[in-house]
Amino acid sequence: MTGYASIFVQAAFIENLALSFFLGMCMFLAVSRRMETAFGLGLAVLVVQTITVPVNNLINGYLLAEGALAWAGLPDVDLSFLALLSFIGVIAAMVQIVEMVIERYLPAMHQRLGIYLPLVTVNCAILGGSLFMVDRKYDLPESVTYGLGTGFGWLLAILLLAGIREKLKYSDIPKGLQGTGIAFVVVGLISLGFLGFKGITVG
Amino acid sequence: MNPGTGKLRTLITPLVGDNPITLQVLGVCSALAVTKTLATALIMSLAVIAVITVSNAAISSIRMHLPRSVRLIIQITIIASLVIVVDQVLKAYAYSLSRQLSVFVGLIVTNCIILGRAEAFAIRNGVVASILDGLGNGLGYAWILIAVGTVREIFGAGTLLGIVILPTTAAGGWYQPAALMLLPPSAFFIIGFMIWAIRSARAEQVEEDEFEVTKAGGP
Repeated sequence: MTGYASIFVQAAFIENLALSFFLGMCMFLAVSRRMETAFGLGLAVLVVQTITVPVNNLINGYLLAEGALAWAGLPDVDLSFLALLSFIGVIAAMVQIVEMVIERYLPAMHQRLGIYLPLVTVNCAILGGSLFMVDRKYDLPESVTYGLGTGFGWLLAILLLAGIREKLKYSDIPKGLQGTGIAFVVVGLISLGFLGFKGITVG
Repeated sequence: MNPGTGKLRTLITPLVGDNPITLQVLGVCSALAVTKTLATALIMSLAVIAVITVSNAAISSIRMHLPRSVRLIIQITIIASLVIVVDQVLKAYAYSLSRQLSVFVGLIVTNCIILGRAEAFAIRNGVVASILDGLGNGLGYAWILIAVGTVREIFGAGTLLGIVILPTTAAGGWYQPAALMLLPPSAFFIIGFMIWAIRSARAEQVEEDEFEVTKAGGP
């Protein structure tokens, strides 16, 4: 069990996708002006990330990786160069399916997340999560943990930033630094704080 | 307006006036992660310039035949194919750099600048103008990356493209490297301050106050 706990902690805190790999920054800065919208987007990322990373893991393991097609009698085929194209396709399709399922069974949640779900398709954190999963050769249960951890970390990071920015609008900021500029500096400070998690080991 | 200056303007405005990173805040994701050294920043810039120029040209040339409802999927497919080509070229000719860039070459697919320019410009302008627009936005992205990469490498490691500029104390010189520069937060600070500098020089880019602050002791 400790293996999974440490993957989770590493994904959520030590190597937070937003704060130490800068993934999903565009949206991170654009949708963090208000707590409520930030929470909606963060939750959408968490849901989609937890589903797409394991699905892409299966696709990579059984279709794309070198020798993965052995079960179909093609042990010499290496389709890993198609990974990008298939991952993006899977993500777009998954987002669509998640949206339909939520709309059918959880209409209240759909009202909250509805407008953010399509945005998630082009969020670098989602594609980045899948690419890191391939890079680090996680197996299926590990990739579920990794997806959950990175999604949670992203949600946490955007909530922190939105909370600070909500207060920040009442402060007197130099003219040129207002808006985007100060947001960058604040993210930098949060990221500096997260460096404190470096070196933590679980179990 | 004669067409010559119009085209030139398409190329030049994205450099400072309408810079994709500092004003439109697009494509920041990959911009920060690869700027630890100048070499990776340079390679990344070249990759993005190549992809955005070719994708703008391709999308613009088929714009008349693109049904609106499926255009996003087609654009993403074109961009992803181009990125795969760039990725394979890098793996073949610059393997160690491509290892350093790790997943960030792949992430050019979701770089909002490229899809953003396709949507905002290439889909309704001619091929030549779209190429210039792609080139301009690519260069606007590139100079920010290169500037941040230069600052981080010089102050973080005392080198530039691997050549020693400031001899570090560890190597018997005088410069005590600022290790913070090699860590992620420094990239945020540098870009934040660059935005400040650009907006101080160009007052029209300053964002509106969301909430008026009354100075203490004021009227």
